[in-house]
Amino acid sequence: MGLIVWQLRLPRVFLGFFTGAALSLSGAVMQGVFRNPLASPYLLGVAGGATAGAAAVVVLGLRPFIPLPLAAFAGGVLAAFLVMRLSRTELGLILAGIALGSLFSALTSFLFFLAAGHRRLEEILFWTMGSLSRADWKGVGLLAPVVLFGALFLGAWARRLDALSLGEEGARFLGLEPRALRHLLLGAAVFLTASAISLTGTIGFVGLIVPHMVRLILGPGHRCLVPAAALAGGTFLVWADVFARIVLAPAELPVGVVTALVGVPFFLVLLRRAR
Amino acid sequence: MKVKVCRLHVGYDRRNVLEGVDLELKAGEILGVIGPNGAGKTTLLRAMAGALRPSFGVVYLDGKELGQLKPQEVARQIGMVAQVPSVSLDFRVRELVELGRLPHLRPPDRLGPADQSAVKRALRLTGLEELAERPISSLSGGERQRVFLALALAQEPQVLLLDEPTAHLDVRYRLEFLILVRKLVQEGLAVAMALHDLNLAAQFSDRLLLLSRGRVLAQGRPQEVLIPELLEKAFGVKALVLGHPVTGRPWVEFYLPRPNP
Repeated sequence: MGLIVWQLRLPRVFLGFFTGAALSLSGAVMQGVFRNPLASPYLLGVAGGATAGAAAVVVLGLRPFIPLPLAAFAGGVLAAFLVMRLSRTELGLILAGIALGSLFSALTSFLFFLAAGHRRLEEILFWTMGSLSRADWKGVGLLAPVVLFGALFLGAWARRLDALSLGEEGARFLGLEPRALRHLLLGAAVFLTASAISLTGTIGFVGLIVPHMVRLILGPGHRCLVPAAALAGGTFLVWADVFARIVLAPAELPVGVVTALVGVPFFLVLLRRAR
Repeated sequence: MKVKVCRLHVGYDRRNVLEGVDLELKAGEILGVIGPNGAGKTTLLRAMAGALRPSFGVVYLDGKELGQLKPQEVARQIGMVAQVPSVSLDFRVRELVELGRLPHLRPPDRLGPADQSAVKRALRLTGLEELAERPISSLSGGERQRVFLALALAQEPQVLLLDEPTAHLDVRYRLEFLILVRKLVQEGLAVAMALHDLNLAAQFSDRLLLLSRGRVLAQGRPQEVLIPELLEKAFGVKALVLGHPVTGRPWVEFYLPRPNP
């Protein structure tokens, strides 16, 4: 019993917390940088890149040499790096993110096609449908410092993130260099997202909705929003995962289904109250 | 001399909007920048704020080339309020004004006592103390305009650039706003502001700069610049210049020449 808690449940709780925190932080930054409430952690193609990275390793038979999380992380970061290299404006980034995201998901489908009947196929599917079922202490040990450092870093730059809301010119009049600032903040967000989903696969919705929930309660200032989004995102995903595990036990729902099922109604209530 | 502009050529995508502009702006004076639409008023202010790189010519700030200074250094000395300032998030007034301290801070951008008092002073000067905790979205247009002025004042600049600061204000707020600017100038601030209302410009500026098609048509005291021949050349309509019966400043009316029968 103690072993189950220690080896299965507890790492899963921690992985859930840090993943939720990472995605929520990343979403808050994306929405701040793009001044767009629809921005999500996956805006720059990180999810597509991560899936393609994992798929490539599986299909090309590199599985024994390269750990899948590493491949997914590299794929996600590479996709976002390409997007940021390709475009200089805000709109350009969004469009390039969509374009490259599509390219990478087509690439993934192509790899699926090649791998039809492959016994490792479900390993690729894992990345398209996020889950915390592979949690172990090693993963927690990798992700925790990344998230803690990321949260501290973004907290320190929160006022500058606020200043981006004044637009390119407004930020420049305050002595900031908007393009460099944007890339720095996006880089941090990409790193957080890629780290998290390399261990869990793509979990939707947390990074899109949780920052909004926090914003509706605490206001838009990023100095409160950043730490609060991290805590709220982490807590939210832990409970969503508990729910996913017990509601149809012994079967397990994908946690992404639960985040949407639980999150949307809650979000709509908040939205109504804010009007 | 706070700001000196020499032979400035500047524009967008290699097309020059300004060609060969010279001007000087001293501490304690208001320079009114006037001219028809498209003459380059906004471009001039942007270049003076260091937001545009000249293709030729130089902008000096206290004798130093603006392009050689770090953006943050420039922002410590020059504040600018854009024509239509906007903010995409619904901050409280105080939060927004606090952003004006960024040129003086480095991450984690915590406000020290000096920063707090600069913010307080900016709020006091603009009469926003009572509104400090209100969200921006709940303010009127005139109040919002004052918030962006407070943001620039929180920078504690020595030069303030205002682009059509009164465009969206009622008559009363227009005058109040400019009287406030006048007061700041008496404390040693140097102000350059673009205004399309020539009578307001005449009333509140120490000197005027008349721009037309990217060139300086005239520069000097209001009486020297607001003369019918120059105005007709710049604006392409007939101008009548009178003396204002109360303020004694030049008072301009435009009309189209009566068509010949």
